[in-house]
Amino acid sequence: MALDDFKDVIHRCFRCGYCKFTSNYTDFNCPPYNKFRLETFSPGGRMWLIRAMMLKDIEPSQHLADILYSCTMCANCVEECRFKFHDDIVDIIMEGKASLVESGMVPPTARDFFKNIYLSGNPWKEPQQKRGDWARHYGIPVYKPGDEYLYYVGCIGSYDQRVQKMAGAFGQLLLRAGLSFGILGEDEYCDGNEVLMMGEQGLFEYLAQKNIELFKERRVNKIVTLSPHAYNVMRNKYPRLGGDFEVVHYTELLKELISSGRLKVPGGRKIKVTYHDPCFLGRWNSIYDEPREVLESVDGVELVEMRRNRENAFCCGGGGGNFYTDIIGGGESSPSRIRVREAADTGADIIAVACPTCMTMIEDGLKGEDLDEKIMCNDISEIVLDAITSAEEG
Amino acid sequence: MASGEDHVYEALRTIVGDPFVSRDREELYMYSRDPGASIPRSADWVVLPSTTDEVQKIVILARDMKVPVVPISGGLTLSGLAVPVKGGIVMDMRRMDRIIEVNERSRYVVVESGVSQGKLLSFLKENYPMLRHSMPDAPPSASVVGNTLIYGSGHLSKHGAHSEMINGLEVVLGDGEVLRLGSCALSPYWFGRGPLPDLVSLFVNWFGTTGIVTRLSLKLYPSHPLRDMLIFLVQDPKTIPQAVSMITSTDMMEDVLIVASRPPKAPSVISLLTVYLTAETHEELDFKKELFVDMFKDFGQEGSRMVFTPKEMLPQKLIHGFMEEPQYAAATADFKKGGGFEYVGVVLPLSKVPVAWKMGEEIARKHGFDPLYTVRNVGLGHGVVFAFAYPFNRADEESLQRSRDALADTNDMALELGGTPWKSELEGQAKIMARMDPVVLSVMDGIKRVMDPGGIMNPGNWKHG
Repeated sequence: MALDDFKDVIHRCFRCGYCKFTSNYTDFNCPPYNKFRLETFSPGGRMWLIRAMMLKDIEPSQHLADILYSCTMCANCVEECRFKFHDDIVDIIMEGKASLVESGMVPPTARDFFKNIYLSGNPWKEPQQKRGDWARHYGIPVYKPGDEYLYYVGCIGSYDQRVQKMAGAFGQLLLRAGLSFGILGEDEYCDGNEVLMMGEQGLFEYLAQKNIELFKERRVNKIVTLSPHAYNVMRNKYPRLGGDFEVVHYTELLKELISSGRLKVPGGRKIKVTYHDPCFLGRWNSIYDEPREVLESVDGVELVEMRRNRENAFCCGGGGGNFYTDIIGGGESSPSRIRVREAADTGADIIAVACPTCMTMIEDGLKGEDLDEKIMCNDISEIVLDAITSAEEG
Repeated sequence: MASGEDHVYEALRTIVGDPFVSRDREELYMYSRDPGASIPRSADWVVLPSTTDEVQKIVILARDMKVPVVPISGGLTLSGLAVPVKGGIVMDMRRMDRIIEVNERSRYVVVESGVSQGKLLSFLKENYPMLRHSMPDAPPSASVVGNTLIYGSGHLSKHGAHSEMINGLEVVLGDGEVLRLGSCALSPYWFGRGPLPDLVSLFVNWFGTTGIVTRLSLKLYPSHPLRDMLIFLVQDPKTIPQAVSMITSTDMMEDVLIVASRPPKAPSVISLLTVYLTAETHEELDFKKELFVDMFKDFGQEGSRMVFTPKEMLPQKLIHGFMEEPQYAAATADFKKGGGFEYVGVVLPLSKVPVAWKMGEEIARKHGFDPLYTVRNVGLGHGVVFAFAYPFNRADEESLQRSRDALADTNDMALELGGTPWKSELEGQAKIMARMDPVVLSVMDGIKRVMDPGGIMNPGNWKHG
């Protein structure tokens, strides 16, 4: 796609503003608009600015780049826009960013993000050969042809110390379930979802092709992803580039393993848990029930909902590369801090996440709000594993 | 030494802090236009205050620097009222979005000027389900204060226009003075405007030329658990005045709305009259329904009847749309896949509806449109707001111009019929003032001079001569 493909659509945005809200209008649910409140930072504002850029009424600028890159691609606008073209909104914003990439006018942090991924395969310039180091501690094997699942971990799961525990927890559950699986370890490369969402289409295609070739070479049929972002891109974008694999998110697989009895989950300690829907699992791929069903299968877990949940969930603020570029982070009105306040209102002991990006953002939010001593952020696998190991320890 | 422009910018930053002030071209572009058909006009700064104190400081700065100030909240008048005529500071009120107080017994709510209709609607549903406000058929992002100050009307139209539901105001004048008007001038209670000399009206329909409203107390009404509607097919618009008169004489409806449009693939315009009903019990609701259905059984002659049309006979999507709060009126913008529409709303006596209907058709056809009307009863038959809408394609200048031409002709027609154009764009305001008694105009000028001695408050609006 190119921006020009939307020339018969983009002027149809009336800027009525439904896109800013939850479905019942209780809150502004567009993270950048909620933070800045300037009309330019609303989805409709972006549509009008991108059109102005197409018409050359405004030129690409650093400020325009900040406006477009502040979008977390949470797709609340797609959910709430009442017009028939609502599915196009995030694609238009993505193409707007692509235009800025072409003109060399992206935020400096986005430029670094692209460069690091191109040169090092991850956003932090971490050594490629260390990508699978985390797995040794858990005895998680390397994928070999014939294994049922490739466990795709992703950049954050591979390098972030906190998220490595999340990756490890899921890996241990797979081992306990007796599944044949493995990771790519030092051969794993960035999935490209954020690169695509940030408009670097050339780099995305490079990454996708590289991954697809590798997956085919290793005779991969089924992929289970730790990250909803990887899930999204592998499921919805790779097929167009020849990468037709069966892709599941780890919560889908956990649900199947538990309901089939392959993974036995005994009762754990009594805990109150609230679940934060990741945008790329929920709004992008309509997976709302499986994570909840997994949590509810753990005896002792009391699942309580935040005020904004499922289709109305408020984004953690990390999508669209914002976990790295940090354009909307900082301060009380940063999305992650708002979200953890909302979680605290439920009285939950644990905020359950199902996404590495959400985990890092929510952890930051808890620290920012001084709630990290009161509420824990755990991934769903960690909660399930904890229930199993607690029961074993008696 | 800083230029005047830089001084204003730096002073605004000091007042509200980064990032709530901008002079970047992206914000200036956005705040120089609205979704209607008006031609863009430049803004110089955009600022988002969060308190009355900040509003006051900004107005004093503007007064001292002789810079215009234009308030915007929902930004959805479609007639460019919040787009600067003479440049200056656009003051976006949407950070002031606190619902300050609900008084359950006296049935009012005090809101800041950035509170959206959607927020108030959901807040009341969640916290005060026994109370409701009159919801206009504007998007949820429309502001409560803006809509109320420009004579909006809505789902409780039997109680009158929203401007008539104001209990009191907090307002910042052009010299920076902050006033509280209504009962709140004497007490902590915002329950009413009288019996005091009524100064609230000095800020109603003045489009921000006399002051910037920062808080408003709005009347709330009982919310009944049951809500439904009856739909009648209007065979002849000449019968509308009689029909509305009969309906309103019962005082048993909540709202009466007539819509006329030509659905895709339909051979002609279809006109539907909807009567909205609420009730405490099913028996009460059934009684009301029966009353109105019976009322129109023998109404009119063949070809001029009000034909009761059970909801089951109509597309459920249409029914859902009619019942929704707010109604999805913005859909009009996509009728031609063009992203825009504007309308002339005219406050008319009920008796003038048929002639306005006919003349509106002629104007619409002349400019290549099908008639697209909404007519809302306001009060108990005391008047209607008749909206003549013209969708356009934002990407097509010729289409935009046709809408502007149709709007201009409609303003002329409305005034010719003795109606009052509602929230008029600059051209409409000029036409209204051309018909006004010069003494009235002179009084208006005098009031503006008192309230805004520096002439900085949304200048260009209600400006004659």
